[in-house]
Amino acid sequence: MVQYTNANLDASFAALSDVTRRGVLEQLGRAEASITDLADKFNMTLTGMKKHVGVLERAGLVITEKVGRVRTCKIGPHRLQEAMAWLEKYRQLWAERFDELDGVIEELKQQEKFDGRKKRA
Amino acid sequence: MDARKEREPMKNRTTVERKSERELVVTRTFDAPARIVFEAWTKPDLFKRWWGPKSMGMSLLSCEMDVRVGGGYRLVFSNGMEFFGKYIEVTPHSRLVWTNDEGGDGGPVTTVTFEEKSGKTLLVMHELYPSKEALDAAGTGAAEGMGELFGQLDEFLVTLGASGGQA
Repeated sequence: MVQYTNANLDASFAALSDVTRRGVLEQLGRAEASITDLADKFNMTLTGMKKHVGVLERAGLVITEKVGRVRTCKIGPHRLQEAMAWLEKYRQLWAERFDELDGVIEELKQQEKFDGRKKRA
Repeated sequence: MDARKEREPMKNRTTVERKSERELVVTRTFDAPARIVFEAWTKPDLFKRWWGPKSMGMSLLSCEMDVRVGGGYRLVFSNGMEFFGKYIEVTPHSRLVWTNDEGGDGGPVTTVTFEEKSGKTLLVMHELYPSKEALDAAGTGAAEGMGELFGQLDEFLVTLGASGGQA
């Protein structure tokens, strides 16, 4: 967990925020494909698909390799980041709740002290 | 709010671990006796103040809690999402167990224990899913359905779980 920085996660989440890019990842999870294949499959222009693949590539989710005139895309070594990201997202949700809970608890402690003083008085 | 948090960098750490293929465990220490932490988990007006994750723009619209064995709860968020179930164990200041019934049979059973030590409370929240598939589905659902990509999930979470303490 520690080797993943927030910058990694941000890039991944940004890359994953688009429905086409999620579709591309899912597709590449099944089999490698060229950018032309992907453009066809998603009814997009080659330029449009190149952009999406670029975003995924920069996030480390996809790697591409040019063989001859064809650029082949496959799932990158960081694909497991999404799995980790889910767990980290879940952790952040709880961390945020618990930080709020700290505030509530602090108030209850103060109240208890105050009530204690009142009782003794 | 964020500025305040930056000035207080010493927040206690929240950890999450996938203990087994059916279990998730969240832990956190609170600087207060168990009776106070327990109170914040069992009084609706207090619970409402911290449960809604603010960063997601969510807050609890309503919160009904009948905290006794067999009693029900129902949480309604501002976006209309509802969570409900019933308490199956209630031991004041030390243990709460409830069901999560909004998702039908796939919902986990949540156990929260409050363990007091030198005036501080170690809180352990344990979620036990009926099956490995149900827990995977919870993760997959949360990530908006990544399809086969999540085939790799289990292996990785087990690795995470194994290194959980140091993470």
